[in-house]
Amino acid sequence: MDQFFNVSVIADNFTYFMIGRFPNGPLGGLGLTLYLASVSCVLSFFGGLILGLLSISRFPAVRYPAVAFINLVRGMPLLMVIFWMYFLLPALFGKVAESQTVIMALTLFTSAYMSRIVVAGIEGIPKGQTEAAISTGLKPWQAMLYIVLPQGLRNMIPSFVNQFVSLIKDTSLAFIVGVSELTHVGTQINNRTMAYPTEIFVFIALIYFIVCYAFTSLSRWLEQRLAWRKAI
Amino acid sequence: MLNYQFDWSTVTSGKYFEWLASGVKVTLQLSALSIVLAFILGLLIAVMRMSNNRPVRWIAHAYLEFFRNTPLLVQIFFWYFGSYKILPTAVNDWLNSTNFEFAAAVIALTIYTSAFIAEDIRSGVLSIPKEQMEAARSAGFSYLRSMQYIILPQAVRLTVPPLVNQFLNLAKNSSLAMTIGVMELTYQARQVESYTFKGFEAFTAATVVYVAISLVITALVNIYNEKVLNIHKAA
Repeated sequence: MDQFFNVSVIADNFTYFMIGRFPNGPLGGLGLTLYLASVSCVLSFFGGLILGLLSISRFPAVRYPAVAFINLVRGMPLLMVIFWMYFLLPALFGKVAESQTVIMALTLFTSAYMSRIVVAGIEGIPKGQTEAAISTGLKPWQAMLYIVLPQGLRNMIPSFVNQFVSLIKDTSLAFIVGVSELTHVGTQINNRTMAYPTEIFVFIALIYFIVCYAFTSLSRWLEQRLAWRKAI
Repeated sequence: MLNYQFDWSTVTSGKYFEWLASGVKVTLQLSALSIVLAFILGLLIAVMRMSNNRPVRWIAHAYLEFFRNTPLLVQIFFWYFGSYKILPTAVNDWLNSTNFEFAAAVIALTIYTSAFIAEDIRSGVLSIPKEQMEAARSAGFSYLRSMQYIILPQAVRLTVPPLVNQFLNLAKNSSLAMTIGVMELTYQARQVESYTFKGFEAFTAATVVYVAISLVITALVNIYNEKVLNIHKAA
C-alpha cells in the first residue's frame, strides 16, 4: 500500500482531465463538459421559452399538448431521455454523433424544466401590466413580447443560472453513450491505472464542485441584487 | 423506422415482462429505502445547519454545498469504486458480504438526496415565526426539545410536498444505479432491448412506469396542498 492519497495519478493526467486530447484530438474532459452544458443551456433557454408560452396559451388545442409534453418529460429520468434519443435520432436522421445525441437529450429535458421557470416568471408580473398594455391598443401577444417578458426574464435570471448548474451536473450522464466528458475521462483513467479510484473520483467531484459552486454563488448574488433593485 | 414491426407482446408477457417487473421492484425498493434514510440524515443535517454552534453549523453547510454541487453519477462511482480506502475494514467486509452494488447505490442516493431534503426542511422551519421558538425557550424547553415538540411538527406539515417531490426525484435518480450494475428498471429495459432489439417497446414500457409513478405522486401532492394546507392553485 503506497501513500494514502496518490497525487501523481492526478498530476500525470491533469491536461487529459481538463481538455482531453485537444488540440491534437477532439475536446474532452472538463472542456467538453462545459461545452455540452453551454450549448444545451442556450438551446433549452429558447426551448423553455417556447414551451412555457405554449403551456399558458389561451387556446386549449395549443395548451394541452404542451402541458402533456412537459409532464411527460418531467416524469422521466434523464437517463431514459438519453436512451430514447440514442435510439430515435439515428432511426429518424441516420447517423448522429453521440455528443449531438446528448445535446438533444439535455435540451429536451432541460426545456421542460425551464418552461416552468418561464411560467413562474411571467406569473410574477402583475396582471395590471398586461391589462394596461392591451388597453393602450397592443394585441395580447405584443403585450407579452414587449411588456411582460422583458420584465419577467430579468427575474428569471437566477433560476436560469441554477438550471445551468443542474446541466453541468447532468452532462455527467453523457458518459453512458461514450462521450468523453469529465466523468467518462475519469472512468477511462480509472480503468487504465486500476489502483487509484478514490483519488480519481474525489478529484473529479472537487472539479465539478468548484465549477458548480461558483455558479451557485453567482445565482445567489444575482438574486440579492434583483431583490435590492426591487426594494428601491 | 417506417418498416419497424411493433411487437408489444415482447414486453407485456413472458420472460421479458418478468425482467421489467423485477426492475420496477428494484427501483421501488431502492427509492423507498433511500428516501427513509435520506429523511433521517436530512433532518439531522438541517438541525445542525440551524444550530447555534458555529463549527457544527459550518460542517452542515459544507456538507450541503458539497453534495448538492457534485453530480450524482460521480458520487455513485465514488462509493462503488473508491470508498474502500476511507471506510474501516469492518464496514468494507460487511458491504462486500451484502449486495454491494445495491448498497453503494443506496449510500450514494441517500447522501445526495439528504442534502436537498435538509434544505427543504430548513426552509420549512424558517417559515415558522421566530417568536414560537422564543416562547418555547422561555417556557423552559431546551433548544432541541423546542425543535422536537414545537417547531418541527409544524414545519414538517409544510415540508411534506417538497419531500414527496424529493421522493419523485429519487425514483428518477435511481436509474443511475444501472451504471454500477443494479438491475433496476432502466437497466432491465436496456437488457430487454439488447436481447430482443425491441428498443422502442422496452423503453416505452419503462417510460410508462416512470411517468405513472410521477403522475400519481404529483396528484397526491396536489390533493395534500388543497385539503391539508388549503393552497388552491390559481385557475
